[in-house]
Amino acid sequence: MKIRLWKDRWIRRAFFALLILTLSVIAFIGIGLTIKALPLLEDQSLFSILTQSIWSPLKGKFGFLPFIMGTVWVTVIALAIAVPLCIMASLYLVEYASDRLRNTVLPLMNVLAAIPPVLYGVWGVLFVVPLIADYIAPFFGSSTSGYSVLSGGIVLAVMIFPIMISIMVEVLQTIPAELKSASLSLGATKWETIQKVIIKKARPGLLAAVVLAISRAFGETIAVLMVCGNIPQVPKSLFDAGYPIPALIANNFGEMMSIPRYDAALMFAALLLLVIIFGFNLISRVILNKLEEKV
Amino acid sequence: MSTIKSRLRKEKIAKLFMQFAGISITGSLFLIIGIILFKGLPFLSWEMISQVPQGGFYIGKEGGILNAILGSLYLAGLSTVLACLLGIPIAIYLNIYTNQSAALVRASRLLFDVLFGIPSIVYGAIAFSIMVWLGIRASLLGGVITITLLTIPIVVRTLDELLKTTPLDLKNITTSLGATKWETAQVLLKYIKPGIFTAVLLAFGRAIGDVAGVLLTTGFSDNLPLYIDEPAATLPLAIFFQLSSPIPEVQGRAYASALILTFVILFIVICTHILASKQKKHKL
Repeated sequence: MKIRLWKDRWIRRAFFALLILTLSVIAFIGIGLTIKALPLLEDQSLFSILTQSIWSPLKGKFGFLPFIMGTVWVTVIALAIAVPLCIMASLYLVEYASDRLRNTVLPLMNVLAAIPPVLYGVWGVLFVVPLIADYIAPFFGSSTSGYSVLSGGIVLAVMIFPIMISIMVEVLQTIPAELKSASLSLGATKWETIQKVIIKKARPGLLAAVVLAISRAFGETIAVLMVCGNIPQVPKSLFDAGYPIPALIANNFGEMMSIPRYDAALMFAALLLLVIIFGFNLISRVILNKLEEKV
Repeated sequence: MSTIKSRLRKEKIAKLFMQFAGISITGSLFLIIGIILFKGLPFLSWEMISQVPQGGFYIGKEGGILNAILGSLYLAGLSTVLACLLGIPIAIYLNIYTNQSAALVRASRLLFDVLFGIPSIVYGAIAFSIMVWLGIRASLLGGVITITLLTIPIVVRTLDELLKTTPLDLKNITTSLGATKWETAQVLLKYIKPGIFTAVLLAFGRAIGDVAGVLLTTGFSDNLPLYIDEPAATLPLAIFFQLSSPIPEVQGRAYASALILTFVILFIVICTHILASKQKKHKL
């Protein structure tokens, strides 16, 4: 008996230690990145780093604006495509679709979620880029190689479909049936009920899903890198090439050691990503947890 | 108030839009797999998966990507094992050893959810600078550690959700028979066994597909990965490198490699699906 209790106690301690160890990794990453990024702030202020648009590591100029704008463009395009589609599709799945359809489509979303980023990138290069270069851009009267923020946005939109659909469906399923019945029994059509009751009630949850998707989009590296063109400029139109922050880190790690301050600049980029994504994730998770507790 | 006719027409139009949205989202999946299948199939050969790159492989000569396939399997396998060794105890601790409403438990769950969302490039960046600092060169080991960090949250959160669904009776009965918490945990683990495999497969799938984490830490090599302290090739990186080549044969091999990766992922997804439905039956 003693041995069993003794074993139990030590296992508890060991498991607790593992938990703390794993969670401290996040603090460790944050602190490590900050220490590494600090040298960059010695001769430039935070404000000028974030708003300057000249990126010339050899001259010691690190303006992050092109990369921030690249990320913003790609993310906004992706959201503009994905948010309406996902809201409509999840509404259909929850309100109209039969159980059978729902049980077919939702596992397919898991497949979409499981496809690795590099395959999205291959798809982007083989399909989206030529589509834009040969059809979409000429249609709007401009010419482009196809490697543009629009390609990045489209690929990214498809990548955030699964996370949005799965969370939105879950959120919509938590809407109480009484609310819907009350609206329907007053003579509203289903679409009116959706507009005036369901969407209103589900708004925080839908918002959380979108925020989570944004943070996913911010950090996506390889798929976007493959289709975005990677020219350090502030994109001015949909068909311009862009250079998102994660692509910057991935592309330049090899050479950063030879140029002073370069590593600090890249670490600053990583820190920027970490802080933004951590914040966004935290917000949306807190909202979602609250919703879950209510049910 | 508009007439009932126009309201019903609106309803119809909205429904059409929703159907269109649903079809385009599901369609994108088939489009991706279809395109890769269409482009990759002509280049797929036995040579691709049975040989390592020979001289001149990257200008379109003989060879295959066995080095990358094996590298990826080693990397994903090792890091999944490590993630389980760390993740399963943590999930048990969170569910069995603690008071469920304790601040620590809630905060840990939240943190693991957040960790799950941190992109692999951030893990890769920090791991790379630690390796530079310690004077370690890019190696399989570096990749394994980075990918382990990436997959721990998956294992913990999947198992955590599963353990939450175990019937309270089961827990109470084992405890009332005089079992210690550790013995209760063993019983519960048996109960969620198919779910554990699901978590393992999910972690493995994420690990085998990741690029940004291994790009900086694992390096690339044309040799078969034999030692853990040497650089190793991985399948996603092989696809990435070959695709950026201007030579058509090499690009073709990139498509074929992408097809191989797709097969691996689909295999994993199907296994996960079967296991998940098994767990559901288990519950009844």
